[in-house]
Formats: sequence, C-alpha cells, structure tokens
Amino acid sequence: MLQKMYDWIDERVDITPLWRDIADHEVPEHVNPAHHFSAFVYCFGGLTFFVTVIQILSGMFLTMYYVPDIENAWRSVYYLQTQVQAGQIVRGMHHWGASVVIVMLFLHTLRVFFQGAYKKPRELNWMVGVLIFFVMLALGLTGYLLPWDNKAYFATVVTLQIAEQVPFIGEMAKTLLNGDPSIVGAQTLARFFAIHVFFLPAALFVLMAVHFIMIRKQGISGPL
Amino acid sequence: MSEKKQQVSRRQFLNYTLTGVGGFMAASMLAPMVRFAIDPVLKASTSGEMQPVVDVSEITTDPQRFEWTVKQVDAWYTSDVTHSAWVYKNEKDEIIPLSPICKHLGCTVNWAGNESYPDQFFCPCHDGRYFKDGKNVPDTPPNAPLDLYEFEVKDGTLYLGKPVPREGV
Repeated sequence: MLQKMYDWIDERVDITPLWRDIADHEVPEHVNPAHHFSAFVYCFGGLTFFVTVIQILSGMFLTMYYVPDIENAWRSVYYLQTQVQAGQIVRGMHHWGASVVIVMLFLHTLRVFFQGAYKKPRELNWMVGVLIFFVMLALGLTGYLLPWDNKAYFATVVTLQIAEQVPFIGEMAKTLLNGDPSIVGAQTLARFFAIHVFFLPAALFVLMAVHFIMIRKQGISGPL
Repeated sequence: MSEKKQQVSRRQFLNYTLTGVGGFMAASMLAPMVRFAIDPVLKASTSGEMQPVVDVSEITTDPQRFEWTVKQVDAWYTSDVTHSAWVYKNEKDEIIPLSPICKHLGCTVNWAGNESYPDQFFCPCHDGRYFKDGKNVPDTPPNAPLDLYEFEVKDGTLYLGKPVPREGV
C-alpha cells in the first residue's frame, strides 16, 4: 500500500533523488562508532539538531495555551501546567530541552575545536556555527521572560542593564529590546514573545540550512 | 516464495529495526504533545447549575426579557457573563422560558421586534420569525424552534439551567 503510494508519486515527480541526496550517503569509517567507539563525539551535532526539533515542536504546542500578555501570561502558564493533561510534560520538554540544546551545542563546538575540524576549507561553517550558538543563546534569553514570574522578570531587568553597558548605543539597544525607555512590562513581554517565536526561529532555520548544506558540500573532516 | 523459508536480509533487518526504534522515539515525543493539544475535546463539560432568575409573580402572559449573571471560568480568565431569557405563562399557566438565540445564525431575537408581527419573536438579522411558543414560522430562515431552558420553581423563584434544543418543524 505505502509502496504503491510512493511509486505513484515517484513516477510523476521523481522524488527518489531528492531524499537520496539528503538521507543516503556513506558514513566514513572514522565517524562510525561501530568501528571506533570514540567516534561517538561526532553525534553531538546531530543531537543538537534532534533536541532543536523537540524544542520547535513543544514550543508550537505550548503557544496553543500561552498568551504573551502581562495580565495573563503567568496565569496561562499556570493553567497549562496544572489543568491541561500532559501540560507539565510538554512544558518540561521545552524547559529542560532549552538547557540540553545549549549543552549539546557546546559539546559539538568542543569536538570541532579540538579536532581542528574548523580549519580551511571549513572556516565559513565554523562562523555560521558560532552564529547559530548566538541565536540559541538569544532564544534562551527571550524564552526565559515569557512565564512572567519573578525570576523571569528580574533576569530580564539584569539582561537589559547589561545591554545598556554597550558603549554609545547601549541606551538605544536597551530601549529597542525593552520597547520602553524605562518600564519593563507589557511592551517588553510582547516584543520578547515575537522575537522568541518568529524572528529568532526564522534566523535559526536559515543558518541551520546553510550549516547543513555546507557539511554536505565539503564532507566531514578527515580522521585525526 | 511461500514454499521457501522467508529470508530476512541483513539490510531488511536493519531497516525494520531502525524504523521501529525511530517510530517509537517519534511517538513517545509526539504523544504528550498531541494529548496536550486535544485536551479541550476530552475535558468533561461542566453542567451549569440552575441560576435564580426572577420572582414567579413577575411573570405575565406576555413574554418578558429577564437577565441574570453567572460567573464564567474560561481557563485562566474569570468573568461575569449575562444571559437572558424570554419568559411567559401560557394559557395552561405553564412557565415557558425561551432562549433568545436565533436558530438560524445565532443573533438575538426580540418579542414583537417587528411592528408588522406584534405577536411573534423577530430576528433583525435575516427577518427570522417565531410564534409565541417558540416554533419557527415556516418560510422564514430559522429551521428549528427556539431552545427551551431547563427550569424549576423553588420558593416562588424561577431557576433556569441550560437551553435545550427542540425538534425542527
């Protein structure tokens, strides 16, 4: 049945080369943990991607209940945690996943660094990777405010003061992030929500696409 | 093929195992999220309690509009919501509490809302009409009678519950 459906589509639009190109390529021996167990260090990039997928999915589902408004943000989070079935699990996935993704990203970076995999011709991909790291940090930062509890609020107050320390443009940067010159409130929350669910994910998708295309183009770096 | 012993090649075996493990992982990831999303459908609907509306002595043979307010809990938002009913006593001295919600597209109907039909309920949206007992006038947009509220009389006060739909004409 499935085979027939696949064949029907494939006959018309020839999708086999499409997925072959993405999924069907050889894993070099030095990257395969079955040959050298130490090759598990090559998994961290993939694990980062896996956790990112969990973050995207759980985040999408969380917005079914969450509202980015200072009156209701905390209440909607409390409601989805206590009244909605599996709410604790879904929010838990997003909460813990946010930390795990940073850890995986860091381990991936360490592997690339100590293996010297960032060297020519892969410098550009290292730079894109660093940008992904920054986007991830920004996602963590903006997401932290959204539950609108005391911890979230004061963490953001501190963050904004750090942004203010930037020479010359500090004050402007702070107002831009905050949405208001002095009040950390309604506009800040709306802004952080927009940045967290639209702007940063969009940037992340583009950067990840570039990152992966470059890996396919250049191949995995050779054995040490 | 069926005569021979079915051979599973190494490639097939790996394919099955990988698909199985991958499917299991995807399922365990998605199951809580899907359950989370469909929660409103599976939640038991809370049946509203009977609310005191009006003193029975105020009810006449002419439909009058009575309003009452209930506390509505909408997830994390609690508010007071006003409901209304058209209530009258028919010739058998029975209380008839009608829902004012038009059965066509949900506008609000008024008793004698149109000068040409002084003894009918009238919906201004699409000229839907109902007789005094709530039955829809044939050849007007509504295709069912107005809902009847569940009701009871306690200590001379009319209590109303949920509107109950009736069979169409």
